[in-house]
Amino acid sequence: MRVGLFVTCLGDTLFPEAPQAVVRVLERLGHEVEFPSEQTCCGQLHANSGYHNEAAALAQRFEGIFEDFDAVVSPSSSCVGMIREYRPALASHVFEFSEFLVNRLGVEDVGASFPHRVTYHPTCHSLRVAKVGDAPLRLLRAVRGLELVELPEATECCGFGGTFAVKNAETSTAMLADKCEAVISTGAEVCTAVDNSCLMQIGGGLARRQGGVRTMHLAEILAS
Amino acid sequence: MTSFPEAARIALGDSQLRHNLRNATTTIRDKRARVVAEVLDWEELRDAGRAIKADVMHRLDEYLLQFEASVQAAGGHVHWARDAAEANAVVLDVARSHGASEVVKVKSLTSDEIGLNDALAAGGVQAIETDFAELILQLDGDWSSHILVPAIHRNRTEIRDLFLRTIAEPPLSDEPGELAEIARVYLREKFLSAKVGVSGANFGVADTGTVVVVESEGNGRMCTTLPPALVTVVGIEKLVPTFADLEVFLQLLPRSSTGERMNPYTSLWTGVTEGDGPQEFHVVLLDNGRTRVLSDEIGRQALHCIRCSACLNVCPVYSRTGGHAYGSVYPGPIGAILTPQLIGVENAKSLPYASSLCGACYEVCPVKIDIPAVLLHLRAEVVKKEAATPERTVMRGIARVFGNTRRYERAQRLARFVQRPARRLPGPLATWTRTRELKPLPKETFREWWSRERGS
Repeated sequence: MRVGLFVTCLGDTLFPEAPQAVVRVLERLGHEVEFPSEQTCCGQLHANSGYHNEAAALAQRFEGIFEDFDAVVSPSSSCVGMIREYRPALASHVFEFSEFLVNRLGVEDVGASFPHRVTYHPTCHSLRVAKVGDAPLRLLRAVRGLELVELPEATECCGFGGTFAVKNAETSTAMLADKCEAVISTGAEVCTAVDNSCLMQIGGGLARRQGGVRTMHLAEILAS
Repeated sequence: MTSFPEAARIALGDSQLRHNLRNATTTIRDKRARVVAEVLDWEELRDAGRAIKADVMHRLDEYLLQFEASVQAAGGHVHWARDAAEANAVVLDVARSHGASEVVKVKSLTSDEIGLNDALAAGGVQAIETDFAELILQLDGDWSSHILVPAIHRNRTEIRDLFLRTIAEPPLSDEPGELAEIARVYLREKFLSAKVGVSGANFGVADTGTVVVVESEGNGRMCTTLPPALVTVVGIEKLVPTFADLEVFLQLLPRSSTGERMNPYTSLWTGVTEGDGPQEFHVVLLDNGRTRVLSDEIGRQALHCIRCSACLNVCPVYSRTGGHAYGSVYPGPIGAILTPQLIGVENAKSLPYASSLCGACYEVCPVKIDIPAVLLHLRAEVVKKEAATPERTVMRGIARVFGNTRRYERAQRLARFVQRPARRLPGPLATWTRTRELKPLPKETFREWWSRERGS
């Protein structure tokens, strides 16, 4: 199986730890991972902002880069959802990382050890667009030493929403405030999710509150 | 129209409003989830609802003519209204022909959409709202902020104070029973003296001409049965093909809206029945932008809406800003896709952006309206309609960068080079750093790491 890694523009530029962790976990499981370096962005920024033509062109470019792979794996459910929507031909080959591990490879225990109190935020697009189900939770439950604590009102949006976070900054901030309170109320040391975009929002809010809670992508925990 | 972000800012600053909203939306949300979970074939019901509505939109011309003929055969009068003014004129004419200075009204969003109360007032006829919440708003000169619970932004203490200022004498507590009694006494007199009742309709049945009003208080039924004449204003999209189709919607609607298994007062009437109810019955079939919505392949599903308001209650945006921020008769996620289409996207440019695209609305919609997809479609319409904006220039620039790997890599290096340790982003992005930290760019991008580690 030829596995192509789609790191996403955000993962490449701002959160390289997440795709690096994906590489480490997959290699640990005996899979070879390729990184086609022509990749940039899936086009979601443009699609969500009303720039349909630009989005379509970027999604098409994406397909040209990844069409020969048996599986494309990405540490972002949101970008995976975008590709499935815009390039239906690729839909069954593109996987969010946890979904790839649990549903495609049939692995729940990746041999990770992370002795910390962790809460999981199911991102909106992982729940309702990419529909990864409980794959992330299955993986977390198999991590040695990890204490998983339930996040209150977990399925409520964190308020990121791409340009929503700046166009409707006040509303986004009100949503973020409730999410941060919920995270802090769990007493967790780490809040994890499968999308760095949402973690950027939650982490940005938590950092202002100086509550000592860190955000980490699920892949980073699985690589520990 | 004030833009959504501006109106939302004001609403978010009102802590009483946020408290009222949060209590009310979470209560209805949980109730809905419980009663929906009881129905084993809920997904099939949703599919059926969607399919029936899609068929109605596809053959609306036929169903409308069939409905007209059915109503006429049952002794009713049918009027066609292209816009609000035409619809309002029909209602005013009926009121005048009965010498009515007052009409009693069933809660109706459609009547709010066409500004019926103001139009009647201008013609010397006062419309009395008889839905408890609508009455509260009318007495206060306020307007609805929720499709189903129009006064959701008011709590009972505020309502007691309002009644004491308007229709009640002290002493009066804020017990719901006492408040309801005040309204009941006030309204009974109105019901008994009114010569004309006015209603909207939840459904119109094409093959029988039956009109359906679904409500919780029974006040609606007073309006549709006591006065000698009744006028019903109904949007053309509210038709269902056959009486049997009601079965699907009368299951979907109450569970989705009030979280009840069965609706308390479901009134159905067909034309005029001698010796029973109003002896003069008019239906006004209202377009008011609907045929334009119908012509849009993606946007037309907004017309499937059965006004249950489940999307409002689960919406993380609505549940914080409330309905007034939308500046529209139809608030919340459904308002964000319906209003711009009814009045033109150029007149409601900020509404398609009043969503984080979380998808909670689509998940609960009883007729499976893909609200996020329509929002994206309308955002594209906004971009198309607008003249050159700085945002467009930036977005095109970003697309050019993403379209070429070398340009993209140069941009990554440039971003790292110009990045300042300052805690503020420039331009419109400053709103990010006002309330959120932004982590500094890492020393190495993923691709630099890969090339260093793997040498390719």
